[in-house]
Amino acid sequence: MRIELIRRPERSKAMAWLSPVIAVVLTLVAGALIFAASGIDPLQGLYVYFLEPLTLPFTLSELVVKAIPIIIVAVGLALCYLSNNWNIGAEGQLTVGAIVGSLLPILAPDFQNVLTLPLMLLLGIIGGALYASIPALLKTRFGTNEILTSLMLVYVATYLLDWLVRGPLRDPQGYGFPGSRTFTDFQVMPTLIAGTRVHLGLILVLVAVAGAWFVLRRTITGFAISTLGQAPRAGAFAGFSQKRMTLLVFLISGGLAGLAGIAEVAGPVGKLDVVISPGYGFTAIIVAFLGRLNPVAIVVAGLVLALSYIGGERAQIVLGMSSQTGRVFQGLLLFFVLACDTFILYRVRWVKPVHAAVAARPAE
Amino acid sequence: MSMAEAIIVTIIVASTPLLLAALGELVAERSGVLNLGVEGMMIMGAVAGFIATYETGQPVVGIVAAILAGMLMASLFAFVTLVLVANQVASGLALTLLGIGFSALIGESYANKPGIKLAQIRIPGLSDIPFIGPIVFGQDPLVYVTIALVIGVSYVMFRTRAGLILRAVGDNHVSAHALGYGVVRVRFLAVLFGGACAGLAGAYLSLVSTSQWLDNMTAGRGWIALALVVFATWLPWRLAIGAVLFGAVGILQFHAQALGIRVPAQFLSALPYLITIVVLVLISGNRMLMRSNTPAMLGQSFVPDR
Amino acid sequence: MLKRLMIATAALSLALGVGAAQAQEKFKVGFVNVGPKTDGGWTQGHWTGVQMLEKELGDKIEVTFLESVPEGPDAERAIEGLVQAGNKLIFTTSFGFMEPTLKVAAKYPDVMFEHATGFKTAPNVTTYNARFYQGRYIIGQIAAKMSKTGTAGYIVSFPIPEVVMGINSFMLGAQSVNPDFKLKIVWINSWMDPAKEGEAAKALFDQGVDIITQHTDSTEPLKIAQERGKLGFGQAHDMYDAAPKAQLTAIVDNWGPYYIARTKAAMDGTWKSQASWDGLAEGTVKMSDYTNMPDDVAAAAKDMQAKITSGEFHPFTGPIYKQDGTEVAADGVVMDDVSLLTMDYYVKGVDGTPGTN
Repeated sequence: MRIELIRRPERSKAMAWLSPVIAVVLTLVAGALIFAASGIDPLQGLYVYFLEPLTLPFTLSELVVKAIPIIIVAVGLALCYLSNNWNIGAEGQLTVGAIVGSLLPILAPDFQNVLTLPLMLLLGIIGGALYASIPALLKTRFGTNEILTSLMLVYVATYLLDWLVRGPLRDPQGYGFPGSRTFTDFQVMPTLIAGTRVHLGLILVLVAVAGAWFVLRRTITGFAISTLGQAPRAGAFAGFSQKRMTLLVFLISGGLAGLAGIAEVAGPVGKLDVVISPGYGFTAIIVAFLGRLNPVAIVVAGLVLALSYIGGERAQIVLGMSSQTGRVFQGLLLFFVLACDTFILYRVRWVKPVHAAVAARPAE
Repeated sequence: MSMAEAIIVTIIVASTPLLLAALGELVAERSGVLNLGVEGMMIMGAVAGFIATYETGQPVVGIVAAILAGMLMASLFAFVTLVLVANQVASGLALTLLGIGFSALIGESYANKPGIKLAQIRIPGLSDIPFIGPIVFGQDPLVYVTIALVIGVSYVMFRTRAGLILRAVGDNHVSAHALGYGVVRVRFLAVLFGGACAGLAGAYLSLVSTSQWLDNMTAGRGWIALALVVFATWLPWRLAIGAVLFGAVGILQFHAQALGIRVPAQFLSALPYLITIVVLVLISGNRMLMRSNTPAMLGQSFVPDR
Repeated sequence: MLKRLMIATAALSLALGVGAAQAQEKFKVGFVNVGPKTDGGWTQGHWTGVQMLEKELGDKIEVTFLESVPEGPDAERAIEGLVQAGNKLIFTTSFGFMEPTLKVAAKYPDVMFEHATGFKTAPNVTTYNARFYQGRYIIGQIAAKMSKTGTAGYIVSFPIPEVVMGINSFMLGAQSVNPDFKLKIVWINSWMDPAKEGEAAKALFDQGVDIITQHTDSTEPLKIAQERGKLGFGQAHDMYDAAPKAQLTAIVDNWGPYYIARTKAAMDGTWKSQASWDGLAEGTVKMSDYTNMPDDVAAAAKDMQAKITSGEFHPFTGPIYKQDGTEVAADGVVMDDVSLLTMDYYVKGVDGTPGTN
């Protein structure tokens, strides 16, 4: 027996909506199995992991805090992927955005007024966008594979940050410990809900999502993005420049990643530190796919992924589960989503083994 | 052993896992598949190799377990990307996440237990030859396996019909399919080979470089292997040179420090990635080089239409 | 608000059949750690201490031990999560948890916090650390006596004061035996990376060092020492089993007594904020058996250990000079704790400057 894919005459609308749901259900089933294997009552495990965090004010607010950077990055990546540009270096762009945005409060600690935070955010966007322009320009100028260059640049950015916070940008009053000085007053993201850590970033999420939705649905640029992504030739025929588009979407996604970086540093982290992100740039890739590259659906997907982190921590506190369980769930979820997505475009047919043997023979 | 000898031996030990993982990825990429899950397959190899060795006391069993673990991970990736034609980039990242998480989960009770180191081969007489002896005849068995693999892959890829088909599939899957080659089947096998090599590379870390298992112990070496493939412009013998260079950067940095020479560690650590970007740009700019070596179908899915 | 939350939590755990009524009577103690409890190093040291704590106070307490909590924004949530779960005394065991601990502590003045290795206290935040430098002075002396080449290797993580202080103490000990003693220092920029630590150890031995010590957590350097027929010292734990022919002694972290004392204090209401820094005298720092050395060297080491324990001798007793010859402590003067905890320079005789860049 062998699987054969038959292309559907058109995209299955039903599967497009069902696929993420099926994927989440499959992940839950796999989760139950993992809990059972770890000697934990599967129902209790699933409850503590995936439901309880949604019932407590504290975990609910933390869910939002966790989702903010992930969603901001994912929205930008969606534009990239829709136009068939593969920026997988958002983690690096996030890091450089955080660095550039932090330069202001670190180098001019006394510059404290209402302009401080907006300037920091702007610098963060510029930093991320410029860093993203490297793989974009290499692609448009030399045809260099952007998947590989953007990925390599993640590591370069991480080491740059490491060097800066242990060297030039280290807090002079920090007794040699790594990390910049702590940001204060006008240099930090204001809290939106008293008693929680939900910060201004939530507004930025809404702006980014609404902006991306508007661009995609209501502008020529949005039309060009999807046309070039689905049918590059038709797009070129319509007069859209592939190269300009590559540069544009990289600048947008890099800028948003940079914004997420500086928002984290000026928000929950509070200073430029050795570790500013537990891989939000990569998590956002999962979120972009889980959200079908649709800005609004990405919000839901971002919250689901945030739940996988928060739930993992709850499971550790309440059930004593390994802290790595969250990663397993994230990996499984992404696999299931990717697999289920196939059925949007294809039907599956089982083929008799005889046929398969004949088809495979020439490969020998 | 003289200092130069000792340094070379250490560099070989540091380079071998990089070379192994990269060699597997090279074969997969030559068939047109970009598997970003090297780190995930490698860490599963490390944990499987350690557990099997710890439970049986036989490093050989551990090595087999590691290869199987790597192949199992690879087959998951291959099924999703080749049979269900899912996006390769995202699937690769999922594989890495899964590998790091799952290895930590199953390896929890084995962390920091005393392991067994794979013994070095010593050939009486030959191993005692000054300078050449310890370098050529005093390595662990996996070093020789790796060298054999490099030669083997190089030979198969450029001197046999199988290699020709592999490259044909990676360069133009539509024509390859039209000629009657089973594109999906060839790619599946290439990805499995990649998984076997990555698993072996992982076992090298938990059975040779060290003799223990720790969470996340591959520490990004899978990503370096990915960079290495590009650095080598998809040629096996350049891969060997690249692995030694990348390995040497790390080792010589420690020697420089011990000699009192101050080195910006982060710059040296970032160097392999920077060099790789430069190489990428160079081969992209040079049409000839690019056409002959870069698999044109890299990262692109193939659906046979019937 | 907070109370309502607690009730909600309790009701939930009841619904789950966790046995909330029973749990409520127990005093809840939480630990937040940066690594897994099986890391064989720092976090395992705390885990061992917690096991002693559980053995001592048994069913009177309930311990939650969080592992692999990343330093950064997630740490704050982990700490607050423990507060929400009803923990009254919370230990955060990594330097990077300093700011998150203080932030959460400010929000919950009724909860007691203890932060290891930091330097900022608050009315409900204590800092605690151990005087590991005492052990490093002793092993410095042993190294100088045992080394044939007069050179030791030192594998280190990050140039923070704790590490720099350790290097200086080791060197002062070595110099008290051999004034011309040399030290080769290799930074690996990680607390734990066995492969890298092994490579660093090999590089040091290849450079003619015959004894190594480390301020990183894995057993790999000692194993390499044994392979090469060289000597070394255990870090954080007795690593004798990993390298029985190479380990001379180990500086052992022993947090148990401290955890027991502080938990008891918290339970009977005598807990007060303080900056505590215990050492050999209190048993927080221990030396494992002196092995692989002649009897006279072992006897001298035991003698020095006794002197430091009794307070008769302090490793940082002047005259102590910086590299450039500046005097930091005059003859017979003992350096104060603040100068030790903020140490960012090498003493005379150590080459280079702290740090990797």
